[in-house]
Amino acid sequence: MKRNRRQSQHNWRERTRRALSPTIYLRRHAQVALDSLGRLYRNRVAAIMTTAVIGIALALPSGLYLLLENLGRLSDAWDGQTSLSVFLDDAVSEESADKLARQLSGWTEIGDVELITPAQALDEFGKQSGLGSALAALDENPLPTVLVVTPTNGHLDPAAASALQKKLAALPETALAQLDLEWVQRLSAMLDIARRGILVIGALLALAVLLVIGNTIRLEIQNRREEIIVTKLIGATNGFVRRPFLYSGIWYGVLGAAIAWLLVEAGFWLLSGPVARLAGLYHSDFSLQTLPAPLLGTLLASGLLLGLLGSWLAVGRHLRAIEPR
Amino acid sequence: MIQFTNVSKRYPGGHDALSNVSFHMEKGAMAFLTGHSGAGKSTLLKLIALIDRTTRGQLFLDGENVTRISNRRIPYIRRKIGFIFQDHHLLFDRTVFDNVALPLVIAGYPHQEIGKRVRAALDKLGLLNKERVYPITLSGGEAQRVGIARAVVNRPMLLLADEPTGNLDPELSREIMKLFGLFNDVGVSVLVASHDIALIEQLDYPVLQLAHGKLVNEAAEYA
Repeated sequence: MKRNRRQSQHNWRERTRRALSPTIYLRRHAQVALDSLGRLYRNRVAAIMTTAVIGIALALPSGLYLLLENLGRLSDAWDGQTSLSVFLDDAVSEESADKLARQLSGWTEIGDVELITPAQALDEFGKQSGLGSALAALDENPLPTVLVVTPTNGHLDPAAASALQKKLAALPETALAQLDLEWVQRLSAMLDIARRGILVIGALLALAVLLVIGNTIRLEIQNRREEIIVTKLIGATNGFVRRPFLYSGIWYGVLGAAIAWLLVEAGFWLLSGPVARLAGLYHSDFSLQTLPAPLLGTLLASGLLLGLLGSWLAVGRHLRAIEPR
Repeated sequence: MIQFTNVSKRYPGGHDALSNVSFHMEKGAMAFLTGHSGAGKSTLLKLIALIDRTTRGQLFLDGENVTRISNRRIPYIRRKIGFIFQDHHLLFDRTVFDNVALPLVIAGYPHQEIGKRVRAALDKLGLLNKERVYPITLSGGEAQRVGIARAVVNRPMLLLADEPTGNLDPELSREIMKLFGLFNDVGVSVLVASHDIALIEQLDYPVLQLAHGKLVNEAAEYA
């Protein structure tokens, strides 16, 4: 008796297995994915509004993140060449300055020393500021001799750099030793805080996307209640009933991410003109970098995951309750 | 095909829909299930379709005890049963073809096979010209025949019909019953719940009669 029962169970499973070869299974998934997309297209007004909400929610953190990345790139460009300017006393002659420079380059923590004589400095200043003719009218050169000291790679960090600064300031020839790019370090510290802030905003907005998708799918489940009951009566498994809703969620997420991408691109396109003009004023060829491929991939993937997760939550909560009566 | 052994069904609240029902319907048989409204006809069909579970007793389908079968396996059992409803339960957002194809899509048949089988079923029911039509434009009789096409397209072992002629005139009702007879002739077991006594008496099939949740005609117990 017991064996008979098991055998008949086995037969029934066989019947369902046989029909589901892997190719059919995959084709079925593709079919359901397309059907879900078609359903979105048929309800396109509502679908566009939902995806636009998702798009805006995803565009905010991605846009802010990208802005920070650009700022970070700007400070990185300077960060690499942290240097110290040592302004020498007026009394120091050019020869002794040259001697000092050679002496300093012998220090273990110093990689490179560049000597800028007052004449060179005046020349460069005249060229860059466009005040050449006005400067020529000066009786004497007001600029000091400067040694630009670049630490070796091992002494670039803030602590080592400021230790070096103190050491240089103590030299008798030194009038002033200045660690140049302290503000870059402050900027990068600020960027770190901003990054953390964006993480928080991003997490909150991701939660919002999750809720929007979950609620949209919940409404869709309620609209298709009759269909769910009929298909369950005809022998649909929970998986079969669940699938179209999961694909709808995925489409919402991915299309929302695509809209977010377009919004970010458009925003940066609007900013690029003014930024280029500003960079021009600083004699920099800096330009805003738009979404790079890996980041775009991350954006689309998070859209997909949020969609899947949001619909999964809605489906898990509401589909079980709909059974034939 | 169907075996009830001392089956009782009590709904929450204490209403006894069926009490101590036993009968056995052979494979390939056809029978009618009658009784006044509220006698338990629908409950009995729902137990077979595993929409409701028995409170007491054992239920066997095709030799398998399905009394305490797991929820996961219910869909696979239902695929062996064709269910026909009084209000046909067609989906109005898709064509007649897609409605009839649904059981095959659910069971995962390949595309060409689905087309072949759906057309064969529609042909058998004289609906081939309605393939591309939406159910809203169908008459009552046509809609019911589409419902039957959907029930038989998967070649089930058992057809269950709950008041299939409830909304149809006598002429159409007779036609529908004749259709069930044709399916039975090719080996499908058929159980039809109906209170249309006049029509049932014209047809020569065993009758299970329910009254107040009990089987009353002992003779029909082994239909």
